[in-house]
Amino acid sequence: MNTMMILEMASSAFADRIAFTNSEDGTSITYQQLFDNSGKAAAAALASKNDHLAIRDVNSVAMPIGIFASSWAGLPFVPLNYRLTEPEIEALLARIKPTYLVTNDEHSTTYANQADITPVTRSDFLNQVIPNADTAEPWSMEPEDVAVLLFTSGTTGEPKAAILRQKHLVSYVLGSVEFASAEEDEAALVCVPPYHIAGIMAVLSSVYSGRRVVQLPNFDAQTWIKLARSEKITTAFLVPTMLSRIMEALEGEESANMPHLASLSYGGGKMPLSVLERAMKLFPNTEFTNAYGLTETSSTISVLGPEEHRIAAASEDSYARRRLVSVGVPMPGIEIEIRDDEGTVLPIDTAGEIYVRGEQVSGEYRGIGKVATDDGWFPTKDRGYTDSEGFLFIDGRADDIIVRGGENLSPGEIEDVLLLHDAVADVAIVGIPDEQWGEAVALAVVLKQDKSASEDELRDWVRERLRSSRVPQVVKYMAELPYNPTGKLLRRIIRDEFVA
Amino acid sequence: MLLKTGARLGSSVCNAEVMVISAPDGDAELTCGGAAMAEAGAGGDKGTVSPDHSGGVQIGKRYVDADGTIELLCVKPGEGSLALNGTALALKDAKKLPKTD
Repeated sequence: MNTMMILEMASSAFADRIAFTNSEDGTSITYQQLFDNSGKAAAAALASKNDHLAIRDVNSVAMPIGIFASSWAGLPFVPLNYRLTEPEIEALLARIKPTYLVTNDEHSTTYANQADITPVTRSDFLNQVIPNADTAEPWSMEPEDVAVLLFTSGTTGEPKAAILRQKHLVSYVLGSVEFASAEEDEAALVCVPPYHIAGIMAVLSSVYSGRRVVQLPNFDAQTWIKLARSEKITTAFLVPTMLSRIMEALEGEESANMPHLASLSYGGGKMPLSVLERAMKLFPNTEFTNAYGLTETSSTISVLGPEEHRIAAASEDSYARRRLVSVGVPMPGIEIEIRDDEGTVLPIDTAGEIYVRGEQVSGEYRGIGKVATDDGWFPTKDRGYTDSEGFLFIDGRADDIIVRGGENLSPGEIEDVLLLHDAVADVAIVGIPDEQWGEAVALAVVLKQDKSASEDELRDWVRERLRSSRVPQVVKYMAELPYNPTGKLLRRIIRDEFVA
Repeated sequence: MLLKTGARLGSSVCNAEVMVISAPDGDAELTCGGAAMAEAGAGGDKGTVSPDHSGGVQIGKRYVDADGTIELLCVKPGEGSLALNGTALALKDAKKLPKTD
């Protein structure tokens, strides 16, 4: 098993199709060129005698070449978060030395004299002059080889290095995509960065299906809209904050005017229901899919598909309608259980920690080892519950649970209720220290333009729908909530706002 | 031969190659075009495809037996067809999945 096999199949079936286009510099490569260049890059990385192939750069055609070259060479691919500070990047590099390192041209001299780093600029990486690339050693088919080492976003502490082996990535692709299923005119617009698991999987899934990828290295709503129209994009993935920005940019328009956009999937954070409902109106002919997954599970494990979106949106029954904010049902080959702190499996409609099992699930970190149980169950540290038909609802990270007077409160439960309020654009519920109760419920709220809601009105709204312990004690109005660039809400910063 | 998950096997009588997605425990006889398959790229004499095993295999398609003990992915097409212990493997139905990335 090797992801290179995915590229080999694609390049033999549609050699001359365009595989990737970088919308920023206009470079394009065909499947055959992707295959040939990956061979050359693999040979260069191997000749450099390093243990990793890392990349510190925005998205470009060097990204897919990096993934496949790593697999060809048998080196872990390590895409670094280029938005981190210099000391943070230094610290990550120290954990993967010795490494071959692809950088943007700006950093061409940064690593010139550093031990255990062989730097190469993106342009040099793309123009490797190595004869006889096709005589390179064939890649290993060992399923246990490490394919990708991905640092988690580390919103709560030091980033962990998640290990994804060849078997995890290949299982995901084979389980979720049919080979050559894309028509020649299909194109995906990819705007997630290389260091995000969705960015890696978009490469593998698109290559296996034969779908052209248009890369948008630096997301901006206006550019996204322009590209979706000019490149006749048929499918795209967005994190919720990106969709929010796009909806703001389309404010006042009656239709998104993207007739080619057949499917839009979103994930990576909580999607406000109001944004989703507006999007479904503005994109009437686009199918919506909500995908839930983690780095440690090789991305998507649960999907709310287009049909489920329609059924939930049209339902009169509030229990069924709620499914619009669920993450749907497990992917084929994926099992999900909700467990309590003792590991006991919980009944439906009862919140606990989400456990997942399946061939694509790794649940292993370098330096920490496997955190999955012996029989393969990975504790996600996400809290949620399943309903009577197996739909999965995410409450948030287990670490974000508020413990108030011995009672466990899920921020997500309170946030979902508040997002149904007509004046509310975005909310975050966090726990802050409280002498009497241990923790108090604090609400940070962003109101819609031209709308108002008093503190008491918001409290009453919660009190009418949930138990009184869920009613926020403290309310703060904010212009916007802090998110990281890949759409994760930064609760720590909000908590600091209250405590300061 | 013992079939290992993830291994790549080639036909000895045509260009077909497959990857093992799941395999039966213990010894099994896997053939393509009527002749035993071997580690891909092993070379050797190319015989001819038996007329009884000439249905062909298509790239990207999966092949399974009725009991679900084996699943193979065709990574290179060929004229021979696949059989496990003498019983022909069948094409597995493609599934319709929403695009998630």
